[in-house]
Amino acid sequence: MKIKLEMNAVKRSKWYEFLIRFVFGGLVAATAGIIAKQFGPAIGGLFLAFPAIFPATATLIESHEKRKKREAGFDGTRRGRQAAGIDAAGAALGAIGLIGFAAVLRLLIVSTSPWLSLFLATLVWAVLSFAGWNLWRGKRKRATITDA
Amino acid sequence: MTEFLVRFIVGGVVVSIFAIMGDVLKPKSFAGLLGAAPSVALATIPLTIAKDGLAFAEIEVRSMLFGAIAFFCYAVVVSYFLRRKNQPALLVTSTSLLLWLAVSFGLFALSD
Repeated sequence: MKIKLEMNAVKRSKWYEFLIRFVFGGLVAATAGIIAKQFGPAIGGLFLAFPAIFPATATLIESHEKRKKREAGFDGTRRGRQAAGIDAAGAALGAIGLIGFAAVLRLLIVSTSPWLSLFLATLVWAVLSFAGWNLWRGKRKRATITDA
Repeated sequence: MTEFLVRFIVGGVVVSIFAIMGDVLKPKSFAGLLGAAPSVALATIPLTIAKDGLAFAEIEVRSMLFGAIAFFCYAVVVSYFLRRKNQPALLVTSTSLLLWLAVSFGLFALSD
């Protein structure tokens, strides 16, 4: 399956779904700062990789898929959970990139400019995530062929 | 107070941008990559450097590595329970946050 943009997905979302994710994202960013101030940066730093909006996103995916199937006359519960599970599998691959992001940032943040180190770390996140996704997708394709 | 308000707004905006990108991208597995984007880190590290200095930010980033490993474990477990065990998304994603806490704090304790 090719990577594509489906702009209609934004239209299908309700205004409060955007608000929920904004609030969750904002809360995690602010809470990480409060924790760092109260308990020190070593504890606060853990929360820079907290799955901030993951529960909200997975629940939205589940309900959107369910709604689509219901409109077509099916139950859709299983389909909704499968779709959220596939999104989570993608997040696991993205988390490999996130490990790379943190490792590169740790290595560079003091020796180079902070902006450059953030840029390079983000680049490493993107490359690792995309490479991991490509490998995973290739493996799934081969498994499907073997099954057939 | 102002500092945390700025963190809240900047964090909310950056996380929302990544979330909307995840909404419009297909297939789902590819869009999922953005669920683990370094959105909170990108929003807050520049603010931390400006307010508390580079040394403070460096310590945060060191710990972030443990949080990221915990995120990987979290996402693998969530995906397993949703795809293989057909459990409700809200239940699985919320209760698995305990796993994230256990792994991240466990790794942090081991590193001490």
